[in-house]
Amino acid sequence: MPSIAKPRIPLAPLAHNDLGLTIRDYEGAMSTLCAGCGHDSVTAAISLAFFELSIRPRDIAKLSGIGCSSKTPTYFINGAHGFNSAHGRMAAIATGAIAAQRGLHYIGVSGDGDSLSIGLGHLSHAIRRNVDMTYIIENNGVYGLTKGQVSPSADVGSRPKKGDPNVVPPIDPMELGLALGATFLARGFSGDKDQLVPLIKAAVAHRGFALLDVISPCVSFNDHEGSTKSYRFFREHEVHEIETDFVPQRAEIRSKISSDSARAVTMHDGSVMYFRALPEGYNPTDRVSVEAYLAERKAMGEVPTGLLFLREGAPDLHDMSGTVSRPLADLDLADLCPGNDALQRLQESFR
Amino acid sequence: MEPTNTQDPSYFHRVVDCQWACPAHTNVPGYIRLISQGRFDDAYLLNRESNVFPGVLGRVCDRPCEPACRRDRVDGDPVAICRLKRVAADLAGDVRSRLPRPGTPNGKRVACVGAGPASLTVANDLAPLGYEVVILERFDRAGGLMRTNIPEFRLPAAVLDDEIAMITEMGVDVRLGAPVTSLRELLDEDYDAVFVGSGAPKPKDLVIPGRFEEVGETHIHLGIEWLESVAFGHLERIGERVLIIGVGNTAMDCCRTSLRLGGRTIKVMARRPREYFKASTWELVDAEEEGVEIVVNHAPRRFVLEEGRLVGVEFEVLEWDDGARHSVVRDTIVISCDDVVIAVGQENAFPWIERDLGIEFTEWDTPVVDSTTFASTRPGVFFGGDSALGPKNIIWAVAHGHEAALSINLHCRGEALTPRPEATMTLTSQQMGMSEWSYHNDYNPSPRQQMSHVPLAERFRELSREVELGFDPDQTAREVQRCLNCDVQTGFRADLCIECDACLDVCPVQCLTITPNGPEDEVRSRLRAPSGRPHEPLYVSDGLPQTGRVMVKDENVCVHCGLCAERCPTAAWDMVLFEMTSPFTQGSHFIPLSRVTPRVEEVRA
Repeated sequence: MPSIAKPRIPLAPLAHNDLGLTIRDYEGAMSTLCAGCGHDSVTAAISLAFFELSIRPRDIAKLSGIGCSSKTPTYFINGAHGFNSAHGRMAAIATGAIAAQRGLHYIGVSGDGDSLSIGLGHLSHAIRRNVDMTYIIENNGVYGLTKGQVSPSADVGSRPKKGDPNVVPPIDPMELGLALGATFLARGFSGDKDQLVPLIKAAVAHRGFALLDVISPCVSFNDHEGSTKSYRFFREHEVHEIETDFVPQRAEIRSKISSDSARAVTMHDGSVMYFRALPEGYNPTDRVSVEAYLAERKAMGEVPTGLLFLREGAPDLHDMSGTVSRPLADLDLADLCPGNDALQRLQESFR
Repeated sequence: MEPTNTQDPSYFHRVVDCQWACPAHTNVPGYIRLISQGRFDDAYLLNRESNVFPGVLGRVCDRPCEPACRRDRVDGDPVAICRLKRVAADLAGDVRSRLPRPGTPNGKRVACVGAGPASLTVANDLAPLGYEVVILERFDRAGGLMRTNIPEFRLPAAVLDDEIAMITEMGVDVRLGAPVTSLRELLDEDYDAVFVGSGAPKPKDLVIPGRFEEVGETHIHLGIEWLESVAFGHLERIGERVLIIGVGNTAMDCCRTSLRLGGRTIKVMARRPREYFKASTWELVDAEEEGVEIVVNHAPRRFVLEEGRLVGVEFEVLEWDDGARHSVVRDTIVISCDDVVIAVGQENAFPWIERDLGIEFTEWDTPVVDSTTFASTRPGVFFGGDSALGPKNIIWAVAHGHEAALSINLHCRGEALTPRPEATMTLTSQQMGMSEWSYHNDYNPSPRQQMSHVPLAERFRELSREVELGFDPDQTAREVQRCLNCDVQTGFRADLCIECDACLDVCPVQCLTITPNGPEDEVRSRLRAPSGRPHEPLYVSDGLPQTGRVMVKDENVCVHCGLCAERCPTAAWDMVLFEMTSPFTQGSHFIPLSRVTPRVEEVRA
């Protein structure tokens, strides 16, 4: 726990976004995680992404489950709505919240334990339903809060700080997402904000379930030699072949970033994701091509990062459920609760 | 960019903006922290080591430190460094037992001409080394301009007396009423070295029509001479309507003194617009608060006399162009008055130095003095203070005195004056435990504390009534916490860094960046929060182990909160206390409390 809260220094040159807010308005309480935790960098990237997108804090809802990663929503965007759910239940709670209040930007922060062990079922169904949210897995391959047991994302052969190397094959969130029909799959690294911040922005702009697997090293229990999720190992094995730029909708006219070779995918709100550099034969909108690429890289012991798969225009939870277009909270009482007669008619229709 | 060499003390020294700006390199944050801990004796002694006259300078210093203060860049007001210096002096107890002691006589004799701040500093530094120092003073009291030119309502005599005594009590032979009329005769007395600290005692005159046509008693006075007469009690009254010509700090002292000698309508007449005034802003404010009127764009043309008696001054009313380089006369006006004080500057003058002694003079009749060693062209003769490089302020005289003492010591030991001995530094970690520091690291948003003054009605009753009351305990407690502890520096070890970004994320002013190395312009363009102050230094680390990028720190607005070090998992960052030992002679260091031997009386009691 730091000795002091990050002081507010009245410096003139602090940048303002379109709402007139500064980055300080997108911060939260001081982190109580270990010094050097990758999660704190992800927190900073989330703050920066929402600041740069000029989204009002009150239009954001942040959700989490249990674990080190799930503590982090406390550390960003104090003015946002928040829900800290039971272990692994964040995706379910988020699904309910989004069904009822579709007017907010939802960001869920979870970890490899919360999402890939206890919460794997809920995560899978949220992917299937294409729930409109940004879902970040802060992936460190270890149960840090309980002192360093291997997690379901630990690679075979990866050595914990104490004990024997892991022998159980890992769950790769990207492969899982492809198998379940996810519409936005990206992998980032807490130590590379230049890549991570645009990925978070694109995930927020995406309509549907955006799954971001962020390698976020645990400095206390998984940053040693023999770990495959340490800062050093990841830097040595990361493949940064997919270069993307996120261009917000309102900046498109003045942006000259698109080159002829770049492949553009327009998001639902008019923002554009430009793929500037792609590996030979790679098509980020084609599941088969992505699966083949990931399998090939995995066999070589490499971990590709970037926006790996993107499918815009797929029906989301609301489309599939036929929900009303307005948040329930905005409906008149008469619309929200049409009365006993309506209920009787509905029940009659099921007979 | 080349990695920054933090082994060179000047790098960290420059980060301590106040200490860097102070000519005597006073350890400002060090003594402010001691004040905050209630250690007033230590604060005073640490101060005295560099600036020799904390009580005096705590009142009347020109404060080059304050415009440099980092706090000014953060919230627009520097720490009230000068006021805090006075707090240390006001609240320190008897520090006599911890002052430097006279050294075992080394058989060397040094003469100092003039008992002003420069000569007294030389004596202060040399007496503890065993030198026999003789100070020759033309007036019958020591202090130089501190005595004669600064009125008592700004600097009480008791404060000055006490701080001079701390020096003279080391066995310095101060000969009062002993003007030096011939340097040749002085040199004939076989001193091992002579130091000239005779100041700039010659006032500049205003030679315009009517200047020398008064009959009988004169009502046209020369600023510093007039102040001298007041200081020594030779002059106790002035007319009701007084014009002060000139707008430097001496003019401010003249106008405020006039108010205390019967003056009622005091006008300070300036040639140029206000932004070109030489006086310190706070002195202007203090004078105006007392009812002095400052009139701009008026150039004196002639003294108006009737039957040989001064009745007024005729001025040209000027209109200046942008930049105040050229003016046109718009009007002429006569302002009537009873007295005029001319305060348009002063010069050094050496009618008593024979020109065939091997001491070279410039075409402006000032001595050729090395600005580093303060040696003249004749070996063994040194200059310092206003007499060396022209009129400056007390703190400069002190700085010259330190350097000259160092040179004199080298000269008397037969060593070369250059290269100069170098400053040394120590860097000490300030970490006391997990997230625990030896200093108060939080940012305190208090505004700069304002000095309380004696009510106007009471000020003019007696000349010696000190106007400023000093900070009270509450003000002191708030003001010390405004200091950003720039001497507690961010030390970085590139080899330990794992590039986790924790420090970048937690820094409240975004002064850290990890980026590929490159030319300076390019690196500056990649900073996360470009300061727009390219003259402020950048710290650039060695290549970082994992990616080869470099850690860059823009020193501009670091508030030294230590959060980077707290959030660093590998202790690559640490907060280290930078303490510089200036290459003054060893004589200027005070005695640590642990090494004070109790006097016999105390032991018996």
